[in-house]
Amino acid sequence: MITAGCDIGSLTAKAVILRDGEEIIGYDIIRVKTNPGASAREALERASEKAGVSNTEIEAIVGTGYGKDSVPFASQTVSEISCHARGAWWSLPSVRTIIDIGGQDSKAIRIDENGNVARYIYNDKCAAGTGRFLEVMAKALDVDLAQMGELAEKSTETIRISNQCVIFAETEVVSLINEGRETCDIIRGLHHAMANRVASLAKSIEVHEEVVMTGGVAKNSGMFSALSEGLGLPVRALPIDPQINGALGAALMAADIVAKK
Amino acid sequence: MKFAAGCDVGSLTSKAIIMDGNRIVGTGIVKSKAKPELSAEAAMNAALSNGGITMEQIGYCVGTGYGREKIPFVDETKSEIACHAKGARWLAPSVKTVIDIGGQDCKAIKLDNNGNVENFVTNDKCASGTGRFLEVMADVLDVDINELGNLSARARSPITFASTCTVWAQADVIKYINSGVPIEDIGAGINNAMAKRVAILASAVRAEKEVVMTGGVAKNRGVVSTLEKILGYRIRKIRRADPQLAGAIGAAVFSLEKLNGYQKEAV
Repeated sequence: MITAGCDIGSLTAKAVILRDGEEIIGYDIIRVKTNPGASAREALERASEKAGVSNTEIEAIVGTGYGKDSVPFASQTVSEISCHARGAWWSLPSVRTIIDIGGQDSKAIRIDENGNVARYIYNDKCAAGTGRFLEVMAKALDVDLAQMGELAEKSTETIRISNQCVIFAETEVVSLINEGRETCDIIRGLHHAMANRVASLAKSIEVHEEVVMTGGVAKNSGMFSALSEGLGLPVRALPIDPQINGALGAALMAADIVAKK
Repeated sequence: MKFAAGCDVGSLTSKAIIMDGNRIVGTGIVKSKAKPELSAEAAMNAALSNGGITMEQIGYCVGTGYGREKIPFVDETKSEIACHAKGARWLAPSVKTVIDIGGQDCKAIKLDNNGNVENFVTNDKCASGTGRFLEVMADVLDVDINELGNLSARARSPITFASTCTVWAQADVIKYINSGVPIEDIGAGINNAMAKRVAILASAVRAEKEVVMTGGVAKNRGVVSTLEKILGYRIRKIRRADPQLAGAIGAAVFSLEKLNGYQKEAV
């Protein structure tokens, strides 16, 4: 049985191909285009190619994410919250809290021992605490977003960034640069500012161990230590690419549909 | 006769006021520099030369604003809340509520019948609802910030934003520009968003008539008229001086009271 999950986010589209609801045989992540339908199709095609399966072999496809209603070939659409819970619980059954930080939103989901969603909270109203925060700061610092984690490790001095608002923090970063502060120290300060924002969101639903971080921001190693500090609990990574957790959950949901037939 | 002075060092502009008795005789407004002490000096020098006065003739000077602790020449510093309340009351003696929108913050101050501060709320955590919001939007729209307010009157169907966040609103504005929405409709949407956000602060202090607006945004007609619609009554227009000067005026009035030995409140 081959199933697929398609997660259309605000910045990236992800597709996961699953065999028998048990094994990830291919996945891909692409930048979204203006047309979400086309993004979904391309992500799915590329994941299928990697998995070595053809479109006709896929028995069910579940769509999720911000653009889920534009996935043209979906058998069904499921909320992101359910998909993230399902994907994380499948990858790591001991997980109880999932913190997902995407390009334009962040969410915290608490699940029970059976993988059911107990509580969740969502922020898509304020850019602080989303991937956009780091994106803007990387630009202000003139560093590559993907390098921020590595750079933060070189930090020797603690800088406290007092603003959480993206607009105000950007100004603060510019004045820190002008004061001659080290880039790596500023970056570590930014990770903490961002982590504190996300931690306060997560704390409102009570964070239980084990905690995992997913989403594009989870590719930044510096965010793990910052978020662990912010929460006062260790935060770990899933044993999969952190960006595909939602699509994986969707592919698992698709396997459920086929099994029920 | 010694003059009374007030100096308000803000994040974007710095202002100085010199008073002779109850009359403003010198005004200085400058763009804030990297260091607050330099901003204060520049504003004060501008006010001195505007009034044809020398520093030696200043009898007392009160400093306020975000950079007040760094002003070298002041005799005393006062909070922005106290100075804005004092300044607004000098500008409009019947004021009960002051809404001050600065470059990086926004405050609503409620006064009692004697002009004392009864209650206040500030927002300096989020750029939305502060002057920075309008600054960022004017920049994206490529219009002069002083022109932004005039766009509202010419709008047919103002746009709305999904969230109050400046960052997301900026992305929305770019989308609207690219899809060919008239600039007037976008500008009006920006002014409305600003007014709605400010109205939340106003209701938090239970705003009552008369309401005056201080700070540079008071000159934006679009924001003011939407805020009036939300409040359900007119905002009192300030004619005695530029509303942007309220904090510095308040500081100067404090100095004046000091010079007068607190004998009577200057009105």
